Amino acid sequence: MATAVAVVPARRKLARDEWIARMAVVALALWLLVAVALPLWALLSKSFQNRDGVFVGLANYATYFSNPALFSSFWNSIVVAAIATAVVLPAAFAYAYALTRTAMKAKGLFNALAQIPILAPSLLPAIALIYLFGNQGLLRGLLFGQSIYGPLGIVIAEAFYTFPHALLILVTALTTADARLYESAAALGASPRRIFLTVTLPGARYGILSAALVVFTLVVTDFGAPKVIGGRFNVLATDVYKQVVGQQNFQIGAVVAMMLLAPAVLSFAAERFVRRKQMAQLTAQAVPLVPKPQPLGDGAFLGLCALVAIPIVGILATAAFASLIKFWPYNLALSLRNYNFGNFETAGWLPYWNSLRLAGWTAVIGTALIFTGAYLQEKTRGLQAVRAVVQLFAMLPLAVPGLVLGISYIFFFNHPANPLGFLYGTMAILVLNTIAHFYTVGHLTATTALKQLDSEFEAVSASLRAPFYRTFGKVTVPVCLPAILDIAVYMFVNAMTTVSAVIFLWVPPTRVASIAVVYMDDAGWQGAAAAMAMMIVYTSATVKVLHVLLARTLDRRTQAWRRR
Amino acid sequence: MPEGSLRGALNRLGIVVVLLALAGGLTAPVSAQAVRLTVYTALENDQLGPYKAAFEADNPGVIIDWVRDSTGIITARILAERQNPRADIIWGLGVTSMLVFDDQNMLQPYTPRGATELKPAFRDTKSPMTWTGMDAWLSVICYNTVEAKRRGLRAPFTWQDLLNPAYKGRIVMPNPASSGTGYLTIAAWLQILGEEKGWAFMDKLHDNIGTYLHSGTAPCVRAAQGEYAMGIGFDARGALLKSQGAPIEVIIPKEGAGWDMEATGIMRGTRNLATAQRLADWTVTRKANELYNSWYSIVAYPGLTNVPPFYPPNAEKQMVKNDLLWMAKNRERILSEWSRRYDVKSAPR
Repeated sequence: MATAVAVVPARRKLARDEWIARMAVVALALWLLVAVALPLWALLSKSFQNRDGVFVGLANYATYFSNPALFSSFWNSIVVAAIATAVVLPAAFAYAYALTRTAMKAKGLFNALAQIPILAPSLLPAIALIYLFGNQGLLRGLLFGQSIYGPLGIVIAEAFYTFPHALLILVTALTTADARLYESAAALGASPRRIFLTVTLPGARYGILSAALVVFTLVVTDFGAPKVIGGRFNVLATDVYKQVVGQQNFQIGAVVAMMLLAPAVLSFAAERFVRRKQMAQLTAQAVPLVPKPQPLGDGAFLGLCALVAIPIVGILATAAFASLIKFWPYNLALSLRNYNFGNFETAGWLPYWNSLRLAGWTAVIGTALIFTGAYLQEKTRGLQAVRAVVQLFAMLPLAVPGLVLGISYIFFFNHPANPLGFLYGTMAILVLNTIAHFYTVGHLTATTALKQLDSEFEAVSASLRAPFYRTFGKVTVPVCLPAILDIAVYMFVNAMTTVSAVIFLWVPPTRVASIAVVYMDDAGWQGAAAAMAMMIVYTSATVKVLHVLLARTLDRRTQAWRRR
Repeated sequence: MPEGSLRGALNRLGIVVVLLALAGGLTAPVSAQAVRLTVYTALENDQLGPYKAAFEADNPGVIIDWVRDSTGIITARILAERQNPRADIIWGLGVTSMLVFDDQNMLQPYTPRGATELKPAFRDTKSPMTWTGMDAWLSVICYNTVEAKRRGLRAPFTWQDLLNPAYKGRIVMPNPASSGTGYLTIAAWLQILGEEKGWAFMDKLHDNIGTYLHSGTAPCVRAAQGEYAMGIGFDARGALLKSQGAPIEVIIPKEGAGWDMEATGIMRGTRNLATAQRLADWTVTRKANELYNSWYSIVAYPGLTNVPPFYPPNAEKQMVKNDLLWMAKNRERILSEWSRRYDVKSAPR
């Protein structure tokens, strides 16, 4: 199927639209080079230079490893991430199992509730935890004297933050079950427990591993939660920030960023490897499994899901409540004082409007770029070497933590010799950075949608002498609109909630909401920080709801051809 | 392929054109007519609005763009940008940092109009000056009476009292590496007690510290919220929180309060020198000082004696004998020693 398009006779003079396609691919490669590859290269080289830019070999690394305070953060990050993974994984698995393999009631509701954390920056659960378990916390007694500031708080906040990501992967893994296996097992007289251990678990093993790696990476690279609730407990993500912003020590900052990149890349590589295996499991003959009602079991799973969903809703509700309190904890009267951001924050509401601008631009430009890029990669031919480069750079951002990409941008764009230096300090660099940061998932979504389209479209167009861009505009885009919308919403929500990628790149006129949350928390104004975080949630939630409604309409209008 | 269809193609794809147009729109300056001054500052967030409004009202056509962070962060940033300064002027940063910049020849000599009227302690002795003072701010203890009662704690009256084992984990203070208040506090201890005893005091105090916070504001805010029983912070924030109804006492310990002076200075290499000078002129006016005086009781302009509500009385008499030059000269050494000893326990940044 993939080779069907390669009908262009060799040595023939290239048609104009082929030239356009090639130029576009080259432009895409150049864009990825500037947005992803060169900044990372700048970071790598910076870690081998001293303050004056002279190559010093491994001297910075030597400084880093000989400083026990810095190096201990590395282990702190690993340990916290491991614990968070161990907490999230079983909960997400049970939840996913309930959603896919039982006839439990209210699946739609529980699925929706589990998505809540995606709408919030990771700062939000951390702030809420202070109100719940801080020294004045409502549920302080439950900790038996333990302090929420430190690993405990980080783990809980990260569990909230990463849960939907793990759930999504596990739901996918458990959905792709072959009913025939279960029928055979039952026919052979296997007990439910045995079936679970010998059919279900092995079938989902790659999904489980994949989810574990994703959670681990998210926790290691997350900045928001440890920043707010880490207390005296240092981790890699906060160290990078401390070195770069706090001490302007860019060399050690670069080394810490490399340390942060290492586990992320390793776990990314492992995850890719595992995911490939998972794909191979599916065969065309598989029969989908339809769970049968089991009153007792379904009831138990309902209880289990509630046990997970209640804390998720509780944390969100706490943040909403915190944002409305007049003077915590002595005056619990409700007021909108915390939403009057001018009292706590230089720029008042400006950061919120900036976030909307950032998210809007990122969604519009990012989606256009990503989808067109994926189309060029999938459906046009020629320049194989350039395409290979594009493919590599398109996958790379998934392995690069936002903080690392952000600091790379400082090195690259703030370099005096860079002609693109004028971008520094503009909204454009935030948009560029955010698109690059979230490029991969959008690219994969687009690629998946495009792969479902038969390459015959291009072959037929070519034989009708219609240029590829006409096919793209008239056929591909309309058919793929649902996927395009998915990408746009994904870009929008992530641009609203991201902290790590932009923390090094904002300037006062481009300060965004998530940054304002960090700063208000730094000054001790948790109520106002909660209020701004809630504004982010309200906005992302609105966009998400609009998405669902629009997707429904779109499905009716443009996807009728899929149903026969 | 005909020319028309190529144009049609570009229109349909539209990517290059649209992207360039959008990129243009994104990078365009926000407002073309007004002169924008980039002002680096460590002033409190709630001061920035009123200060900016007052200056801009007197100087139409000039817009202040604040770059605000805690003292240590702004200082580190200005030093890092030495080769390519991005600030036009510094307004509201500890003079101990200004002296460091001055020592490295980073400040533009300029005597603001009327600066010689200021109290002598609040201005540079050189002519022309490189910096002028605004106000003095002091380290205090914000002590939460409700929490103290609940936990059966007694109020501290001296810095030494803070070593009381009953306070273990109940005190917060700013990280001196990031906070100017933090630095002036430890610099005062080192000057009152001498270096050796000063570090020994901090070693013991370290056991009682819950956590070191990023800013000079946060300790009093956290104490006001009862999250910790007491916070070592600065005078004006404590007084303001108390006037907002927080159950705190603002205590100046018997040994005396550490202090620093907020100051103004023009960056050498600014592209807006004339406008920066206008701002510098304005910052030494009586009007500007009245604004400072609504926060701090000790300001540079003579004859202004407002005491903000709940501000500790007789503060001026309780300031320690403070060698600002010594504080500036030893800043880097003291901060790196502090980080070496205690940073593991400090809040991120």
